[in-house]
Amino acid sequence: MSDPFVKVRDLRIGATVYPPGEKPHDIEIVHGVSFDLEKGRVLGLIGESGAGKSTIGLATMAYGRGGVRITGGEVWVNGRDIMQSSLGDLRRLRGGEVTYVSQSAAASFNPAKRIMEQVTEAAIKQGKFSRHEAEQRAVYLFKKLGLPDPEHIGRRFPHQVSGGQLQRCMTALALCPEPDLVVFDEPTTALDVTTQIEVLMAIKEAIAATGVAALYITHDLAVVAQVSDDIMVLKTGDMVEYGTTDQIINNPQEEYTQALVSVRSIDHEEKQPSPSPALKIENVTARYRGTNFDVLKNVNVELHPGQTLALVGESGSGKSTLARVITGLLPQRVGRIHFAGRDLDPVMKNRSKEDLRELQLIYQMADTAMNPRQTVGTIIGRPLEFYFGLKGKEKQKRIQDLLDQIELGEGFQDRYPAELSGGQKQRVCIARALAAKPKMIICDEVTSALDPLVADGILKLLLDLQKIEDVAFLFITHDLATVKAIADSVAVMYRGEVVRYGTKSDVLSPPFDDYTDLLLSSVPEMKLGWLEEVIAHRKMESAGN
Amino acid sequence: MIKNMPLSAMIGLFFVCLYFAMAIFAPWLAPYGMAEVVGDVWEPSSAAHWLGTDNIGRDLLTRMIYGGQTTIYIATAATILSFTMGSVLGFLAAVLGGWADQLLSRSVDLVMSIPSLILALVILSVMPVTVPILIVVMGVLDSTRVFRLARAVAVDINAMEFVEAATLRGEGRGWVIFREILPNALSPLVAEMGLRFIFAVLFISTLSFLGLGVQPPLADWGGIVKENKDGIVYGIGAALYPAVAIATLAISVNLVADWILNRTTSLKGGRG
Repeated sequence: MSDPFVKVRDLRIGATVYPPGEKPHDIEIVHGVSFDLEKGRVLGLIGESGAGKSTIGLATMAYGRGGVRITGGEVWVNGRDIMQSSLGDLRRLRGGEVTYVSQSAAASFNPAKRIMEQVTEAAIKQGKFSRHEAEQRAVYLFKKLGLPDPEHIGRRFPHQVSGGQLQRCMTALALCPEPDLVVFDEPTTALDVTTQIEVLMAIKEAIAATGVAALYITHDLAVVAQVSDDIMVLKTGDMVEYGTTDQIINNPQEEYTQALVSVRSIDHEEKQPSPSPALKIENVTARYRGTNFDVLKNVNVELHPGQTLALVGESGSGKSTLARVITGLLPQRVGRIHFAGRDLDPVMKNRSKEDLRELQLIYQMADTAMNPRQTVGTIIGRPLEFYFGLKGKEKQKRIQDLLDQIELGEGFQDRYPAELSGGQKQRVCIARALAAKPKMIICDEVTSALDPLVADGILKLLLDLQKIEDVAFLFITHDLATVKAIADSVAVMYRGEVVRYGTKSDVLSPPFDDYTDLLLSSVPEMKLGWLEEVIAHRKMESAGN
Repeated sequence: MIKNMPLSAMIGLFFVCLYFAMAIFAPWLAPYGMAEVVGDVWEPSSAAHWLGTDNIGRDLLTRMIYGGQTTIYIATAATILSFTMGSVLGFLAAVLGGWADQLLSRSVDLVMSIPSLILALVILSVMPVTVPILIVVMGVLDSTRVFRLARAVAVDINAMEFVEAATLRGEGRGWVIFREILPNALSPLVAEMGLRFIFAVLFISTLSFLGLGVQPPLADWGGIVKENKDGIVYGIGAALYPAVAIATLAISVNLVADWILNRTTSLKGGRG
């Protein structure tokens, strides 16, 4: 039996950490991972952040990023151990035999050069093709990837195509030198669901057409189930489970894999609307200063006390703008915002302290939402001091109560945000909002930046807190699984308008309007063959195209 | 903290401490009186006069110690003034935005468009040249550069969500500037402070050399160069001692500033 095309044996990767106040020391971040990959097959690497997925992906190019070192093991590509290769050999390998597609095409393309120049660069530099041949191949790939106007799109600059198109250009870039192995590192994570599905299909078809071996790295099991033949589940640098896609999805053996497969299965019964809404938005229209384009057009929604209204839509649909209008950061041009029995002043500066207290906001990125130079105690304690004048022991006790409520417990008061994990940071932000005893909290994509299992924990916490504190949530999200888990009513937004609004069961059951149908059908499902089914039933192009 | 100190920072800190100690304890350390004529013109080094004597027979070591005191005192005071003024105004411009920002920024541009040495010479030629006035003129002129830096850093921080969160809470400007922005802007400012201090030393030395700085008989490093510059023609190195002092101080302060910058950015919660 011949050796597999890519053979990784007992791969060990280490790095040096520099904890403040301590001596730098070495740690191991990948502990002996092994796998095989044949040409024409796709291996999915899946795990939470810090699982070592990308590190393993880059190791197949014999590369360690940012001080990361490959400390042991073998990586065989095409019959040779690339760990033993000379630098010259590695140069021919990288960008020639093995290529890489990164998460953010926008950050990876050079904005000053035309797309065609960048797509063909590696193939020409590696001497695989002449300029003319490389450009012909690029056009062929553009066509295969379903890009509009494949003959001429290469003449554009990166900013002249949409995010989904650029991601496909990046795939063309990786496939152009006829590589043997392509590493896809979260290629669709930064895209909207409706765009993701098209890019996913394009990548899948291109892999099939060119017959390369591919490593597909992602944190989304539903996505990887659509493209890969085998899946390896990773957790903190250890292999948890390795098997065919069918086995991992339909018959997971390990507890951790089972948890990943059944993520977002929170059951939430929708509540009946009450007679007096907590928040009533009437005919709100808004635009940003210096533009002549309404980003919100005649929006009407209501939110009832102790309930959750989910605002869904893709990026650019006006979800976050509505949050800015409600908080008064962007005064509306037309319309009224009725909150807790009174009209809110459109301008934040004119609102009373009481208005500000009763309406709190939680951000998507907990990292930037907390001052890195303040301790958790200060962050949570400040609203207590500011709104209620709490001091000393009383304040300490209340901070500890809030920390208990967000399930963090003792010993967190003196920590800085940098000493918390992603999920813990978001919990502290929730505690800061709760400290103000608000009537309503706007949650702006609060789980989008988190790993699926951590996000699940946050959603459960929010639901529990809602029961105890009787607070209303305006939940902004692009993720319909989250909506199903948490919402009582739903408003679907598209290009600044609410296209569908009602109770959760009404909005999420047919008959659908075209956009809601597109949005609902784009959410990857945890089953094999879903992608093909959906593409076959497409009615409408996404807003990105 | 001191345990993990790199060698370069240790050398820097040693010289900085040495110079500042000499400046503070000058009257006790100096072997003679500041303006006392104790020997012949330009005597070479001897046991009585370690560095020799200057152009009118004063002890050069004494002049150097007192000169260091004047120079370091003026430079320190000017740096403190420029940092207080520059960073407060810079933060204010960033937080207020709009016309207030425009007014402050354009005024600063106006001052910066004139070479600061020329501007200082013009101002000092019409005003009485005393130490407090020197400090104010240098501090104000230098604060334009601090303003630029502080504003640029604060504009970045001001756009962060934790500042927006504070604004939405209803916090006043004072809290936003001193509790949200300042702690995060500190490390670039501290690094800049070392650099600006050295520029202040050079600036006051230049002014004195040109005769519009510290007035005789008060000693200062720039003045000592000026008084003894003619000696160079005769092979007398008296003018070179202050030059060496300025150079070592400049390098040492920068070594320390680099180390402080590294320390603060790797602190808990550092943003570097």
